[in-house]
Amino acid sequence: MLSPLVLGWFALFWGAYGITPIMVFKVMLNAVTPFFDLGGNIPEKFIIIDIRLPRIILAGLVGSALSGAGVALQGVFRNPLVDPFILGISGGAAFGCALSVGFFPFIPIPILAFFFGIIAVILTYTVAKTQGEISRLPLVLSGVVISAFFTAMVSMVKFLVDPHKLQSIVFWLMGSFSLSDWRSVKIGGAGIIAGLLPLFLMRWRLNSISMGEEEAKTLGINVRREQMIFIGSSSLATSVAVSVSGIIGWVGLMVPHLVRMIVGPDHKDLVPLSMAGGAAFMIFTDTIARSLTDFDIPVGIITAIIGAPFFVGLMKKGGKESWGR
Amino acid sequence: MLEVKELYFRHQHAKDMILKGIKFQIDAGQITTILGPNGSGKTTLFKCIAGLWNFQKGEVLYKKQNITRLSYAQRAKIFAVVPQDHEPPFPYSVFDVVLMGRTSYVGVFSSPGKNDYEKVKEALSLVGIEHLKHIPYTKISGGERQLTLIARALAQSTPVMLLDEPTSHLDFRNQIVVLRKVKEITRERGLRVMMTLHDPNLAMLFSDEVVVINGGSVVCTGSPEVVITEDTMKKVYGIEVSLIPWKGTRVVCPRIEG
Repeated sequence: MLSPLVLGWFALFWGAYGITPIMVFKVMLNAVTPFFDLGGNIPEKFIIIDIRLPRIILAGLVGSALSGAGVALQGVFRNPLVDPFILGISGGAAFGCALSVGFFPFIPIPILAFFFGIIAVILTYTVAKTQGEISRLPLVLSGVVISAFFTAMVSMVKFLVDPHKLQSIVFWLMGSFSLSDWRSVKIGGAGIIAGLLPLFLMRWRLNSISMGEEEAKTLGINVRREQMIFIGSSSLATSVAVSVSGIIGWVGLMVPHLVRMIVGPDHKDLVPLSMAGGAAFMIFTDTIARSLTDFDIPVGIITAIIGAPFFVGLMKKGGKESWGR
Repeated sequence: MLEVKELYFRHQHAKDMILKGIKFQIDAGQITTILGPNGSGKTTLFKCIAGLWNFQKGEVLYKKQNITRLSYAQRAKIFAVVPQDHEPPFPYSVFDVVLMGRTSYVGVFSSPGKNDYEKVKEALSLVGIEHLKHIPYTKISGGERQLTLIARALAQSTPVMLLDEPTSHLDFRNQIVVLRKVKEITRERGLRVMMTLHDPNLAMLFSDEVVVINGGSVVCTGSPEVVITEDTMKKVYGIEVSLIPWKGTRVVCPRIEG
């Protein structure tokens, strides 16, 4: 009776990974261009192996981190309108990164990013939590407030730091994969996988957790503890993603929504498919970002251009359903 | 047997006790209804027994085992709680909602297995809502939602079921449909069921024992015919009622003249 569900899940899973041939095709296509200019095999190989490949892998990792964190946070906060960016995690992590680049080069960037990312989400949570349960609109608003605060802190760092470092902070904040190399793939990969693994393994429990604190408790969940695991892991994945690629917003909001529309709200399927979908989406958008014009447009700009109207559309369409209590 | 012994509860920083030494017990295959006016401590009592609020004094015992000390997962294998009708943030299918009842049996790092799906199917057919299983929980009627939550409690395979005002958002027909189902399942599975109700007539029709509480204390306990009298109704609700005998039971009718 349930095999169609399972089969459907698998079919969709492979479908989402169907981006792989396109990705390979793209690499090939891009590799052909320098072939005409230089007429040699060596630069082509160099571009694929040392520039394109790490960039694509990193884009995939960051996409699945943001989207996986987004779907988990939406479940934990019972709020379809949140993602790591809206909750202020990205902003907090960005401040951590700027601080590390500007003043504390001896502390590894991802560590400071994670530290401030988790502080930001705790602040957002505390501000939004008035009595018992957290309602949806206050959570989004408090996220906006905390994000604004950390953006100001980043500006402060930018103002105080020396001009050389300023340039790299500004460029990196726009959200781009143009500086990807194998080193960032290793750092990003380790941190992102460490953050996503608990989300993946505990995904089914998000169904019960999303029913609300009291109900989840009576279903046998230690809500406080598991909320912390989900929020902590999401923050880790997001912060590491921010530390290797800057702020790329909206992915964690859009991809889970699109996937939910296709496969339904069951987190057992939704979480892995969002991760896969996020990877595919990010690789796709980044490919557009770097091949649309002669310049390498930061991908964060593209996702924001798509994301903002998407959010508006959700608000309008969902109406009371999205905002609720 | 489920025993509630001398429960005392007050909110943090609050002076007054909300529950003042509540005690009663429930036997297998029996429905016990907590009846009382708004503010009598009915909801508080429910939350204390369900393990959501910590009471200051007293014990909840199941087969002599103290429930208060158990973890959430252990408690979820003894008590199944049917909450009031509500709207979840995501449109889970009825099947997925019932499957949540298996949470305490599924490992933290795994997903439900074959046995869990079997239990869900069994619960759906016992409640008689198999036809709804693929429909989003947000798209069904209030009565169907309540039945879904009851099926979820059954999938939890517990000896005790607690229902929080199962009829509060339902129309006349669905109140009867839901409570009839609860009674049927209680008998069939030998469950110990505790529910809170507002309507003395429904309490009269569907319970084996009634615990009337007011001001945080038990006013009286016993079979509905013994407990629901003109005197108690006057004492607890402050209104005059007449009890009209009808086919072996009695109907509570408020006097509205004059």
